Amino acid sequence: MTEIALATGFLLILIGLYGALTNRNLLRMIVAFSVANTGVNLVLVGVGYLRGRAAPILDATLPAAEAPARIIDPLPQALVLTAIVIGVGTTALMLAYAYRLYLTRGTLDISRLRELKW
Amino acid sequence: MIRRATVLLLLLGLGGVFSALLFGYTPDDELNRTAAYYAGQTVRDTGAANIVTAIIVTYRGLDTLGEVTVLFLSAAIVGLVLAHGARAGGARRRPIPPGELLETGSRLLTPLILLLGVHIFVNGHLTPGGGFQGGAILASATLLLLLANPMRRFSHRLIRLLESLSGLLFVLIGLLGLLLAGGFLDNRILPLGTLGELTSAGAIPLIYSLIGLKVGAEFSSMLAALAETQEP
Amino acid sequence: MSALLPAMGLLLSAAMLVAALMAVRGRRSLPISILAAGLVSLLASVQFLLLAAPDVAMTEAAIGSGLTTFLFFFILARVRHD
Repeated sequence: MTEIALATGFLLILIGLYGALTNRNLLRMIVAFSVANTGVNLVLVGVGYLRGRAAPILDATLPAAEAPARIIDPLPQALVLTAIVIGVGTTALMLAYAYRLYLTRGTLDISRLRELKW
Repeated sequence: MIRRATVLLLLLGLGGVFSALLFGYTPDDELNRTAAYYAGQTVRDTGAANIVTAIIVTYRGLDTLGEVTVLFLSAAIVGLVLAHGARAGGARRRPIPPGELLETGSRLLTPLILLLGVHIFVNGHLTPGGGFQGGAILASATLLLLLANPMRRFSHRLIRLLESLSGLLFVLIGLLGLLLAGGFLDNRILPLGTLGELTSAGAIPLIYSLIGLKVGAEFSSMLAALAETQEP
Repeated sequence: MSALLPAMGLLLSAAMLVAALMAVRGRRSLPISILAAGLVSLLASVQFLLLAAPDVAMTEAAIGSGLTTFLFFFILARVRHD
């Protein structure tokens, strides 16, 4: 299961980077970035997974004394939770700037935005 | 052509690095020391049943404060960038008024969605979910109202008040932890209670509810700022 | 049970990769790209559930898949409008 998650996550990162580097439309580039973002999260959660263990939530069937032997690593999950929320913040920023660029220049095609090209 | 070849070469290199990582990966059989500490001591330290919540709100509470600050900043920048985006004049099309069905349906569903969001963040220390998920669900009520009637406007004063008040209380509770308990954002300023009850885990439900309100207000203000670019 | 979990994981992974390729290929229309990216997030949240991470699964479903897709569509509607 860990291997599947890691392989999928790495492939998603590669697909996302490919899309971000080859597309000319800014919105498509942002879509590709969000795909790569999902891939990174999948890799991080996959690293925390241990075979045959339960989610890190205690209840009557999983008392605190048995927890270290029966739950998976909770730390990557907490980090990924943060990463997802920050990810939507950065996506919103990218979209807002893309829209602003569209308003001033009338295009989303990066090959037509040449002011900073050298 | 050269461009595409460079991209493919770069991706091949990255793929090589990734495959080395993948094939060299050996899964652990035991928890590492940090994770074993969290697994063993969370109940004694914080009294929360959901260990992920305990890590987010208490052990790494400062990170979460930074996180909601980053979210606030990005919501503020989205508002700033889009505020000048609304053009004056332009084709001022008369919007089609929302039908009876949409009006009634959204009025029926909004309280239920808000209730679900509050339920999720109040129970954050017991069940999966918490402030971020509950906050996103609160914001989806805003989204529903906007989808039902794109011309609806929300009170920015209310959103701003909710956002800054919950942020302020969050920091104040953190400072109380510094005064009354072990350190900044320590949850033991309130009794830990028994594991699995709603009023347990000290200040965790309180802090996570404040985070939920703050996140909900931030996402709502992002959506409202995006919606307001529509009309001149 | 023990064989079921990896099988479901593999199936989900295959679906995610197909959706991701649909999302980044330039030939499809932009709404389809955005929806495919949302689908990747949604399938990822099921994958997180299989990886015993219900908190992350909820976050990904509510924020990564729901809100992000709607943000894209808001901007797309503005850009298309004129």
